[in-house]
Amino acid sequence: MTANVTHVVATHETPSRAAGALAGTGQLIRLALRRDRIVLPVWALVIAFLAASGASAYEALYPDPAERAGLTASVAANPSFAVMFGPAYDLETAGGFTAWRFGTIAALLTSLIAAFTVTRHTRQEEDTGRQELLSSAVLGRYAPLTAAVVTAGLFSVTTGALLAAMITGVGADTTGSVAFGAAVALCGLVFTGVAAVTAQLAEYSRTANTLAGSTFGVLFLLRAAGDTAEAEWLSWLSPVGWMHRVRAFAADEWWVLALPAATALALGAVAYTLLPRRDVGMSLIPGRPGRAAAKPGLRTSLALSWRLHRGALLGWMVGFAVMGLLFGSLASGVGDIVGDSAEMKRMLQQMGGARGIEDAFLSSITGMVAMIGSLYAVQATLRMRYEETALRVEPLLTTGVGRLRWLGGHLLFVLAGTAAVLAVCAALLGVGYGLSSGDVGGEWPRVFGATLAQLPAMWVVAGAAVLLFGLVPRATVAAWGVAAAFVLISMFGPILELPQAVLNVSPFTHVPQLPHAEFTATPLLWLTAAATVLVAVGVTALRRRDIG
Amino acid sequence: MTHNAVNTTTHGATAHEAISVAGLHKTFGRTTALDGLDLHVTTGEVHGFLGPNGSGKSTTIRVLLGLLRADSGDVRLLDGDPWRQAATLHRRLAYVPGDVSLWPNLSGGEVIDLLGRLRGGLDKRRRAELIERFELDPTKKGRTYSKGNRQKVALVAALASDVELLILDEPTSGLDPLMEAAFQETIREVRGEGRTVLLSSHILAEVEALCDRVSIIRAGRTMETGTLDDLRHLTRTSISAELAGHPNGLANLSHVHDLRVDDNTVHFDVDTDALDEALRRLTDIGVRSLTSTPPTLEELFLRHYTDEPPETERTEKARTAP
Repeated sequence: MTANVTHVVATHETPSRAAGALAGTGQLIRLALRRDRIVLPVWALVIAFLAASGASAYEALYPDPAERAGLTASVAANPSFAVMFGPAYDLETAGGFTAWRFGTIAALLTSLIAAFTVTRHTRQEEDTGRQELLSSAVLGRYAPLTAAVVTAGLFSVTTGALLAAMITGVGADTTGSVAFGAAVALCGLVFTGVAAVTAQLAEYSRTANTLAGSTFGVLFLLRAAGDTAEAEWLSWLSPVGWMHRVRAFAADEWWVLALPAATALALGAVAYTLLPRRDVGMSLIPGRPGRAAAKPGLRTSLALSWRLHRGALLGWMVGFAVMGLLFGSLASGVGDIVGDSAEMKRMLQQMGGARGIEDAFLSSITGMVAMIGSLYAVQATLRMRYEETALRVEPLLTTGVGRLRWLGGHLLFVLAGTAAVLAVCAALLGVGYGLSSGDVGGEWPRVFGATLAQLPAMWVVAGAAVLLFGLVPRATVAAWGVAAAFVLISMFGPILELPQAVLNVSPFTHVPQLPHAEFTATPLLWLTAAATVLVAVGVTALRRRDIG
Repeated sequence: MTHNAVNTTTHGATAHEAISVAGLHKTFGRTTALDGLDLHVTTGEVHGFLGPNGSGKSTTIRVLLGLLRADSGDVRLLDGDPWRQAATLHRRLAYVPGDVSLWPNLSGGEVIDLLGRLRGGLDKRRRAELIERFELDPTKKGRTYSKGNRQKVALVAALASDVELLILDEPTSGLDPLMEAAFQETIREVRGEGRTVLLSSHILAEVEALCDRVSIIRAGRTMETGTLDDLRHLTRTSISAELAGHPNGLANLSHVHDLRVDDNTVHFDVDTDALDEALRRLTDIGVRSLTSTPPTLEELFLRHYTDEPPETERTEKARTAP
């Protein structure tokens, strides 16, 4: 009898232990899918639709072989394309064109949404204390992470499948579409793994997301440098580069897909190893005790703003400094990689010779820098809303700090911070280009000025975010959508031949293409005026509305 | 400062009133948070602000602090307009929110200093004294504090400031009994210095120990205001009596409720302000023994928290509705 009982207990215990660590995972996945039932399908559709619109536009824009050959030549003649979109393997088919032109953006969006999804269902739950509530129920130790990873993984795979189906639907080759969709999905899975790890390392969800986002930035730069400096091995080190190396539609190198798959699994294993080594709500890096009393300087709301913004601001400045120096040094000599066929030489001539190519490259880089940098402006503005919803504005506003003063302290970091991020990039872009072209004194002011001309457009993005914060605080987060819309319009609008009225919506459309084109002050003044109005309306609205 | 407060009388706010709210309305979308609320806090008193969860206490406080804009009604704070003169008025008051949220990368000591300096400086000696009294470790950072310790940070910051008015929104909901005692001691000192305190609380013992007067609100309206003794008069006293004869006519008295007759023994509740009349009836019959139980504070509040609003107020509500 006793033996019998022991036996029963033993057989029951083994499976229940294994399941115990994952108990409740199914419920949590359902909860995650319920919470994200709108945002994830919308993003999957947007990404797939973006690529499909590119594929269908290609057929209309380049109907015959001659035009396709012309496109191939002009893309080969402008190395800035390789920086932003990666190597072009096949521009003679709709599929190949789509994989080249829309691969990076599809991979970027899929990766970031997947990473943010993981953070939202792990670290953010711990931040808010909701995890404690859930963990007190029957819930395995690994259940929250598993549910988050499964949800983000489902999103990545669905996006890849949808993307493949939609571009096949508009006429792209099926095998290539599947390879392309798989490459995008696997990039999303890699960043699912990255976020699973950063959620263990970071103490707060914002930090976890920043770490994951910065990882994408670094890997993108690695890929871009490899594809511009003719050091292809650099691209091979980057998961963002692997997506291109699959050569969808051109060669369909299926084995390359094993690289991201293995990386995703390895990252997952790291996350699962780290998880039991920390307490719920805590990070792996233990916090140090702080000061018992504040430094004399911490006596104004501006000083507090500095404390709140300095980490992000310095991080962006370092990142943009590296980016500026990197692309500055790559810029001189981009003409060399164009090749020396007669066709190439003719196109080179058209663009103003080697010098013209370098200027075109620089102006593309400044445009890209501005679009990425405007995300800092959005992030810094959202910080105000974050402070408000975290109930940390009330204690300040009840000490005699006026709303304008509080807002001013933050706006300084939104507006001047954006300028600082751009300026440091501009300075180092000039240094890099000056050093490699051997004329720092002559080139630096030209490149520096050309880059700074982007600032008013970035301020317009900041203004839109401030306007939302003041007028419809609950929708402040939509500022990301506004910035994304501007960036998409400016990056893909011209090649999709969108009407000028649509292109004009994006502030980046109006910036003169310096140093490639002539300088005109008028659009910059208009952009500054628009930014001023947006900020002013936002500030006025904030003074009148309820706080909290 | 105090001279000013005494001399100026505007918008119906009588002098010596630190807070004067009349007919305050505030809606959020379709929900009505405040529905004609009145609140009068005399300068120098500790005023209890009571009501069930969601009755509008925090909303009222946030209107008083100029964080929310009143839809209608007259609101005066330290003889100023809390919406228009928020920043100037705030130098004269300190606030402890019910839900204290601290910056994750700032230590408790830094937060205390920052808030104190923003308010125009804080008393260093007092700060040290309060940190010791509340047994607070000021070197810990934002999130590593427990709920009670976060409240202590906000309390020390508020109590170490030299201000006329303290607005405390359930300041002790996370404190242990030892700290509750420290809090009560501090508030008595504050009152001794002639400062005004608006104290929202669910801890009845705390209210009884500290408050000169209380206001009880429900569903965004003020139900009662007065001293606790005043309010006790509005409630019922329980009587058990053994009588000389059969109790006749007690049931006919309109102030007597829940009458139970057991031979010559009666048990009933009587409205406290009609106690006289009921007792007279009993002595007419002849009393052998009598136990009278005054209403406990709990009964007092339970009655105010659960009863339907009186008919008169409901008709008034209907009248003020547009």
